[in-house]
Amino acid sequence: MKRFGGFIIKEFLHIFRDKRTLLILFGMPVAQMMLFGYVITNEIREVRFAVLDHSHDQNTRDIVDRITASSYFRLETVLSSDEEIAGCLREGKVKMVLVFDRDFASNMEREGKASVHVITDASEANTASIIYSYAAGIIQDYSRKSAAPASPSSQLTISPRMMYNENLEGVYMFVPGTMAMILMLISALLTSISIVREKEQGTMEVLLVSPLKPVQIILGKVTPYVVLSLINAVSIIALGYFVFGLPVAGSLLLLIAECMLFIMTALSLGILISTATSSQQTAMMISMLALLLPTILLSGFIYPIENMPQFLQWLSVIMPPKYFIIIVKNVMLKGTGLEYVWKETLILAGMTLFFLGLSARKFKVRIDVKTGRKGPFKRKEP
Amino acid sequence: MEDRAVIVQSLSKTFDKVRALHEVSFEVSRGEIFGMIGPDGAGKTTLFRILSTLMLPGSGQAEVLGTDVVKNYRKLRKRIGYMPGRFSLYPDLTVRENLEFYATIFGTTPAENYHLIRDIYIQIEPFSKRRAGALSGGMKQKLALCCALIHKPDLLILDEPTTGVDAVSRKEFWEMLLKLKQGGMSILVSTPYMDEAAQCDNIALIQEGRILVTAAPHEVTASFSLPLLGVRSNAPWLLLNDLRQWPYAESVQPFGEFIHVIAQPGHGEPQALLSFLKEKGHPDPEVRVLQAGIEDCFMHLMGAPSHAI
Amino acid sequence: MKEEAVISVSHLYKRFGHFTANDDLCFEVGRGEIFGFLGANGAGKTTAMRILCGLSKPTSGDVKVAGFDVYTQTDHIKRNIGYMSQRFSLYEDLTVLENIRLYGGIYGLSRQKIREKSAQLLSRLEMEHMQNSLIKSLPLGWRQKLAFSVAIVHDPPIVFLDEPTGGVDPLTRRQFWNMIYEAAHRGITIFVTTHYMDEAEYCDRISIMVDGQIAAIGTPADLKASYGVSSINEVFIILARGRQAVTE
Repeated sequence: MKRFGGFIIKEFLHIFRDKRTLLILFGMPVAQMMLFGYVITNEIREVRFAVLDHSHDQNTRDIVDRITASSYFRLETVLSSDEEIAGCLREGKVKMVLVFDRDFASNMEREGKASVHVITDASEANTASIIYSYAAGIIQDYSRKSAAPASPSSQLTISPRMMYNENLEGVYMFVPGTMAMILMLISALLTSISIVREKEQGTMEVLLVSPLKPVQIILGKVTPYVVLSLINAVSIIALGYFVFGLPVAGSLLLLIAECMLFIMTALSLGILISTATSSQQTAMMISMLALLLPTILLSGFIYPIENMPQFLQWLSVIMPPKYFIIIVKNVMLKGTGLEYVWKETLILAGMTLFFLGLSARKFKVRIDVKTGRKGPFKRKEP
Repeated sequence: MEDRAVIVQSLSKTFDKVRALHEVSFEVSRGEIFGMIGPDGAGKTTLFRILSTLMLPGSGQAEVLGTDVVKNYRKLRKRIGYMPGRFSLYPDLTVRENLEFYATIFGTTPAENYHLIRDIYIQIEPFSKRRAGALSGGMKQKLALCCALIHKPDLLILDEPTTGVDAVSRKEFWEMLLKLKQGGMSILVSTPYMDEAAQCDNIALIQEGRILVTAAPHEVTASFSLPLLGVRSNAPWLLLNDLRQWPYAESVQPFGEFIHVIAQPGHGEPQALLSFLKEKGHPDPEVRVLQAGIEDCFMHLMGAPSHAI
Repeated sequence: MKEEAVISVSHLYKRFGHFTANDDLCFEVGRGEIFGFLGANGAGKTTAMRILCGLSKPTSGDVKVAGFDVYTQTDHIKRNIGYMSQRFSLYEDLTVLENIRLYGGIYGLSRQKIREKSAQLLSRLEMEHMQNSLIKSLPLGWRQKLAFSVAIVHDPPIVFLDEPTGGVDPLTRRQFWNMIYEAAHRGITIFVTTHYMDEAEYCDRISIMVDGQIAAIGTPADLKASYGVSSINEVFIILARGRQAVTE
């Protein structure tokens, strides 16, 4: 155990000595969050909206008040007929129209069910989906709080309608995507590089010859990154909360546990990459091309999966970040529990085991034949 | 206790159809320095990796410290100190941190076996806070040796510890190895520098995966039976070309300031060569009878053709 | 010293912060001379060599290579030198012929000229049958010999060789020096570093660097005579060790 401890201390020393790694570790998450966060949140500050209220009751007034009270929306005008909606949006006077059905309050009390339509100008698709999710968040919050304890089944149906781009689906939220990207980067890229560096330096040979077991070597290399990734995950959540006012709707514990799982998935991928490569450059290229790009492009982070060509949709099925993003969206934004994301969780866990198994098979207690040749002899004069 | 540190029997290893080792056999006694001498690509690194349990042999057997390198590799790993061909240090850790790290992973501390490394470590101690990457070649190699010694191994396996290191550091390094040997350490070392052979108790000359000869250095040189002449003049390039014209020359090779001429049996008298050179117009050549060195033997055993290029 | 200096260095200083890597270097190398540039690890050889090749600028001092100034005319210098090192020389994943063509092209030889040169070069090395083999499939010795030939494919006035024979077998090492002699005979100046002290004896003149300074310079015979020893190895050890004892 003392051996293992010494190993981990050494690993932390490596990380803290290397300014570039440090920068990636701690600068990246903040920079990415700020970048994505500000680009997006700036757009939805003081969004003008209109209301078409067929019900005119206390509940609808409460909802409109709540929405107006948030800093995201400003009530521009109150409409009186369905015909006005299109014109109002087209002129760009408002970006969202809320439509309450007739007898909203009584429906809610009697049947525990009522519906509100959120119509947005989806010619700016991303903005539209963000506006929708913000408004939906506020309305849901209201419905949860106002539900009488006697009728727990009380439910509000919010039906979104994206005008001018009606089949836009999926809610684009930058936090889950950024989180997936950063965890992937740190866990997979940095671990694979740090393991491969030992091969390049020739220190791996000595480690293998030492009484350390291969499992210990790998665990020793990986542990510091688990800790650091977790710190990062937490700081992203914190940044989202404190800077952008994004609360965690579901269980924080569950969210962190899911982050942990995804970190494991990414680490196992990093280990797998390191067993298959022998130079830092190759490891970096593979991590970038095989992990980072798909995380950004194929996971639904930026482009909705449903809009992709069939072939890419199939490909996205094997992308671990896809499941992570689904999980985070559910837990963090929709506030659902494990019962809604157990499938994705299982898939991620399965992938992790699969990658670990594959790495264990590939990681040798001896040097692989490919590295049988000697690398360039490195020496430097000051 | 076993009196052989290493026993290798007809060991072969092939990579992608390339034979790296071919039927290699030799033995290393306890407490001796055994030199594996040969150029790059001769198979030294492959051999040492097999003996350090880092690589599986293709065929044949290898026993190190009485333990089979395949079956009992884990047990063996604790008992050998291995220094790979490249300096196996962490450039971003300091001298002290490197040493401490290698001590910890072998379950010991630098203090515990300090007596073993004291003589060497004392030379790098002034730099103990410097990062290993900023050390000069000679210093790095001393540190790497300390790291390989820190768990008090019974056998040191050093793969080309002196490659790329200047002549002074090389000399110092060998002085350290001799001291370790006096302390009872068995040492298996490889080198491409033929002049280092004299420091070993026994050597094996290795070329293209085959051992050419295994013996004590003086036995190797004594077995050289052909007459050897050393020739020197002020115009070495011309001299070299003219010497190649000498009908009784087996081989003509420059060796530092002298050109070594291996003569055919019965033509080892300097006089004959001297008059041949005078005839060719060399005003004042010097010809003397020489004792063959390891390098002469090595080249002869390689089956050196007499005319290069 | 020969009448025509192709490398002239006077009062060359190179400092990195407080560290002086090259401390008042002064020397000249003549046309067709084989100049051995020796020194302990970290003595400042690589730094000086980088300056001579136009890869870095001196802190102060005059340095001319092939008649060009290292401060202002590095492009001319690069066109007029050949360079080969033990560590990187040829592209391993290209064939022999492709490497020759590549370097010929880099140095601006015409297609016709490259064709002539490669045929000539391959026949001199007796490598015609290997012209389509990948470099990585060649034994080290062949690679080094080929690398040297490629380094002088554009007939530069000077070629810099950085430890060209490290780890090479004794026979190939000698064949390599044979080629160096031949090239020098054709008038190419050879500037070479090595850790093999017997190779120092093959040089017309050598300099030995210790701690950034040139501690000794001269013909091997003169140096041995002035230190009263029988080999350059001993000269080297006297110089490098003596200085180390003082500084440490």
